[in-house]
Amino acid sequence: MTSAVPSVQMLVITKRFPGVLANDHIDFSANAGEIHALLGENGAGKSTLMNILSGLYHPDQGDIHIHGRRVALRSPRDAISLGIGMVHQHFMLVEPHTVAENVTLGLDEPRFLLNSGQIEQKIAALSEKYGLKVDPEARIWQLSVGEQQRVEIIKMLYRNADILILDEPTAVLTPQEARELFATLKRMAAEGHTIIFITHKLDEVMAISDRITVLRKGRVVSTVFTSATSKQELARMMVGREVFFQVTKSPWRGGQAVLRVEAARALSDKGLPALKGVSFAVHEGEILGVAGVAGNGQRELAEAITGLRPLTSGEVYLCDRRITNQNPRQILDQKVSHIPEDRLGMGLIPNLSLSDNLILKGYFAPPLGRGPFLDQKAIDAHCRELISRFEVMAPGPDSSVKLLSGGNLQRLLLAREISCCPRLMVAVHPTRGLDVGATEAVHKMLLEQREEGAAILLISEDLDELLSLSDRVAVLYEGEIMGIVPAQGAQVEEIGLMMAGTKRARPAEVAA
Amino acid sequence: MKLTLRLERRLTPSRALGFLIPVFSIVLALCFGAVLLAAVGKNPGVVYQKMFSGAFGSRFGLTETVVKAIPLMLSGLGVAVAFRMLLWNIGAEGQLQIGAFAAAGVALAFPQAPAVVIIPAMMLAGFLGGALWASIPAALKAKLQVNEIITSLMLNYVAIYWVEYLVYGPWRNPKGYGFPGTAPFSPAAELPRLGTSRVHLGLLFGLVAALCLYFILRRTKWGYEIRVIGENPTAARYAGISLTRNILMVMALSGGLAGLAGMSEVSGIIHALQRGISPGYGYTAIIVAWLAKLNPWAIVVVSFLFAGLLVGGDQLQISMGLPAAMSNILQGAVLFFILGGEILVRNRISLTWEK
Ligand SMILES: Nc1ncnc2c1ncn2[C@@H]1O[C@H](COP(=O)(O)OP(=O)(O)O)[C@@H](O)[C@H]1O
Ligand SMILES: [Mg+2]
Repeated sequence: MTSAVPSVQMLVITKRFPGVLANDHIDFSANAGEIHALLGENGAGKSTLMNILSGLYHPDQGDIHIHGRRVALRSPRDAISLGIGMVHQHFMLVEPHTVAENVTLGLDEPRFLLNSGQIEQKIAALSEKYGLKVDPEARIWQLSVGEQQRVEIIKMLYRNADILILDEPTAVLTPQEARELFATLKRMAAEGHTIIFITHKLDEVMAISDRITVLRKGRVVSTVFTSATSKQELARMMVGREVFFQVTKSPWRGGQAVLRVEAARALSDKGLPALKGVSFAVHEGEILGVAGVAGNGQRELAEAITGLRPLTSGEVYLCDRRITNQNPRQILDQKVSHIPEDRLGMGLIPNLSLSDNLILKGYFAPPLGRGPFLDQKAIDAHCRELISRFEVMAPGPDSSVKLLSGGNLQRLLLAREISCCPRLMVAVHPTRGLDVGATEAVHKMLLEQREEGAAILLISEDLDELLSLSDRVAVLYEGEIMGIVPAQGAQVEEIGLMMAGTKRARPAEVAA
Repeated sequence: MKLTLRLERRLTPSRALGFLIPVFSIVLALCFGAVLLAAVGKNPGVVYQKMFSGAFGSRFGLTETVVKAIPLMLSGLGVAVAFRMLLWNIGAEGQLQIGAFAAAGVALAFPQAPAVVIIPAMMLAGFLGGALWASIPAALKAKLQVNEIITSLMLNYVAIYWVEYLVYGPWRNPKGYGFPGTAPFSPAAELPRLGTSRVHLGLLFGLVAALCLYFILRRTKWGYEIRVIGENPTAARYAGISLTRNILMVMALSGGLAGLAGMSEVSGIIHALQRGISPGYGYTAIIVAWLAKLNPWAIVVVSFLFAGLLVGGDQLQISMGLPAAMSNILQGAVLFFILGGEILVRNRISLTWEK
């Protein structure tokens, strides 16, 4: 490493939030010139630790040394002045403004001394030097997510940040964009910057980092050199037990089309076209994966099928019966289940009890509902059965859902959605935010439904998940399907290109 | 060094505090009132003692408290069922007036009818009158997304002035010496009373309404839908629960209960339609519902407490020459302090010195 003193040293950092110890006596250090990965499952405390380093949160306890000097970080401004810059999971850019304006926003230097030409020159120089292609005059809303991320990085470099923190930067990128980002980061590290890279993806860590610090439940498990570890070992440290990466599934047995979507068009919440003529079919016992960078029409697609969003044109058929623009009740009555993206916002009612949540899709019909009444006995039996069958860890059917952990929330949701014996399941990001153990459980449940003959539309951002569970993978880009490929033997390269908007040269694959 | 105060959300609101803090809040509200009373030169101890004995200390006071609790209870239950579904029905006062108007209309139209016919007919008319009146903001909300707070509030004035117009104009009792009110109802149209007191059958309406509401919310599909919509409208839509239908039905029930309060006032107490049949019961009901956390049984209890405050307040006016506004200030203070106390039930407060 380039210097003896670590550029970042965090000592016994503790940070408590109501009900959680997010950081528990954490020691962390990173050197100039290295890419240091901070690895851990969701909720491990990675963002919290780095928000402390960037001055956003105050630790309850602990010291921070930058380049060997003890510092007090009272605000992000203090951190910036020490050369610490963070690119957050959610960008902090002003949409109607230009790139140059966003880069200089909030800087102390008097704007009128620097003419915009000079600013743009400096931006161009930075973007040239680190391979961060972006047009300084473009307005933020015109840029893709990947470009916006580059703006965030340039913003930090413009402020002379030499310690750069990136919080899960690849979550919003296509594989190609991610690779470009890695190249940029390597160049910056070579220049002597300190790069701290937060992620929960093992492949990325292995590909890019020099050293890795693994966090679990707010504590440091270990800090290791990347060259001296393996994916398997990292996974074990991250989860606390052995993990199997392979899922096994039987080949597709063939069957009728359960869901057919034909030239579907729909608008987004903002009233802009979100689906622009989408056509595909999902068959009995088949999982059709839908890949794509978030925000390319995935949510609208799921909602259009389940009756939550009107189609402006096109048709949806369920087992050859037209269900286009039927209401959600009519559609769910035909054994269509829906695991929505927003579990607590849409799928569950946090303030009600487990049993109130479990009857949400069945309270209106026997055996749970009789005439105008609820059959309390039947409900109790039904809920107890589901809670034990799906191993939902909860004090009992009457406890409130908001107290459950992420994994148990998803179990509860799946319990309800599977209990209707679905013909079609629409699952949107079913494992997002879940730890490895809960993810395995969800995968198992989805594959069981596939075995039972359900057709499953699986929308996910996680390409590994899609490739291992799906029979075929469709790629959605700006509301259009770029192509549908068999999952087995699929080229990540090719899918990546489609995710970035390149249409597949079509052989006969669409017929499937 | 700087002293900073932080609020941290409690994961589970504390149970014991959930009971202690409202009690403590009421005490604080009384202390606040005491300061005001002292400022106008009254001995707060004496005033409170008079208020209490005025409301609960005599047979007359006690029965008056029960009489005033009846409309608070009925319209409070109505307001609560709407609030449960996040429908901000501020129009109980107007719905009460229209209920009274409709019931009076029936009573005046059929002076010969026997009690077994006319009383149920007046109840029905009162309920339907309030329900229809509440359906106006409900329909506007369901069909056109018009904010129900504004419309239900504005309709109060329309209803109050409508009743005034009637009792000063077309419905005025020709033998009433110019007094703004209708002719008295036939004795058959009067709700039976308890002994010689003014406590009338409306008390039973209130208790039965609380029971029904509790049962509806806990045990019926409709009540389940109301709870789901109230807690998470997006989840309700996702489960195919019709928001439009529920907005219409719940507002009708809400207005209907307020209308029944109006009916029980004219039929149980006044025995005619008059100007000023309600001293703002429909508004106080909002406070009652809120303090009772929308729980039907708690509404029954809180109604009695608030009725006591009203009766005790009247006592102040009569025997101590204090303005009526004093008891309104106390009502307001109680609500204010209890809502403030809510923060403590839900959050933990920490005071720390920071470097
Ligand atoms: N602002 C906050 N308020 C309350 N709890 C929080 C807050 N930020 C994070 N947490 C909690 O702290 C824990 C660690 O979260 P975080 O640092 O975001 O994890 P990671 O980035 O590793 O996924 C989680 O349990 C999370 O719910
Ligand atoms: Mg995070």
